[in-house]
Amino acid sequence: MSSMPQRFEPAEASRGGSATIGKAVRIVGQIYSKEDLYVDGDLEGTVEAMEHKLTIGPNGTVHAGVKAREVVVLGTIQGNVEAHDKIEIRKDAKLVGDIKTARIIIEDGAYFKGSIDIVKPEPAKAAPKPQPAAPAAAPANTPVSAGAPAKP
Amino acid sequence: MPLGPFKNFLRGGVTSGKGGSPGNGASVPGGRSRFGSRNSGSAENIATRQSRGLDEFFSYIRGQSGLTILDLGGATQQNVSFITNLGHRLYSEDFIQLLNETFGNDDTDQSNPGRIEYFLKQALDYPEQHFDGVLIWDTLEYLSPALLGAVVERLHKVVRPKSYMLAFFHSDDKLEAVESYTFRIQEVNMLQVAQHSLHRPAQLFNNRSLEKLFGKFESVKFFLTRERLREVIVKA
Repeated sequence: MSSMPQRFEPAEASRGGSATIGKAVRIVGQIYSKEDLYVDGDLEGTVEAMEHKLTIGPNGTVHAGVKAREVVVLGTIQGNVEAHDKIEIRKDAKLVGDIKTARIIIEDGAYFKGSIDIVKPEPAKAAPKPQPAAPAAAPANTPVSAGAPAKP
Repeated sequence: MPLGPFKNFLRGGVTSGKGGSPGNGASVPGGRSRFGSRNSGSAENIATRQSRGLDEFFSYIRGQSGLTILDLGGATQQNVSFITNLGHRLYSEDFIQLLNETFGNDDTDQSNPGRIEYFLKQALDYPEQHFDGVLIWDTLEYLSPALLGAVVERLHKVVRPKSYMLAFFHSDDKLEAVESYTFRIQEVNMLQVAQHSLHRPAQLFNNRSLEKLFGKFESVKFFLTRERLREVIVKA
């Protein structure tokens, strides 16, 4: 058996491949994906692809809460959607649920019912550099409250 | 401001060969329930015009953020972007599509209490005093009296006191056919209006009937446009 070619290599998939749920497939449960996911079948439950793109194909019907980096809807979603980068609702797509995202694109002919919360992504914080010594104006032993007003 | 493609039909005629014959006394080529979603992208004519009503609506919420706004005209990119860029949370509802799905071709159904309750559950099932503003656009023109009364009653419950609603009504009460529109916000006082197929208005209003309709609200303010539309600001 060792001479059989490997048909699926997780290492290869995790480098940016894409998983597909075909239109004749129905899944009930929770999906966690570490790669882009294309759903053209029926899905009920939850979907998480936090760092990846989730596409609901034109035949896809999703009754689920969805969390992903990016969500593209061509089919139907019934459930709340969190897309921390962006969501696209294409023509003839249907989304019923509340959306939380940084950016939203809605094509004419799309149906949407629900609320939209635009959540701007927090700017990436640079790793704090170690301070060699406390500045003279603010002695190191002076306690500073997080909520204290700034001194002039 | 140019009246653009609307000037004829707003005086009782239609502008497009696709639309059918002129309004007064003419047959309505598309019954109320026979036009598609207003968001279908199949608009026949698009014009941009000033809107004092919209200006007034935004003047009340200007300088605030984090408000909760309901848009009954269906989701469009322009409206979603405009409202959310102001820092507000937007609720979107395609009121007319839902109306079609619920009542179909049967006009009499709009007075059926069970159907009315079902429609309200689908369209306006929100907690009391949930919204700081409602963009109604022209959707109320599609409702027959029984349904209209129930919808306005529900709107009164779901908006906060001192909040505002913006609604449009044709001011010519002799029209037998009016266009359905999609309204897209361009600026605080500027609207892009896309017209679609004709429909038969369920009822037409004058100032007095509008004041009566919104009698439970604190105030009603009218702006008559050159296109013979009444833009109505209703204060809860």
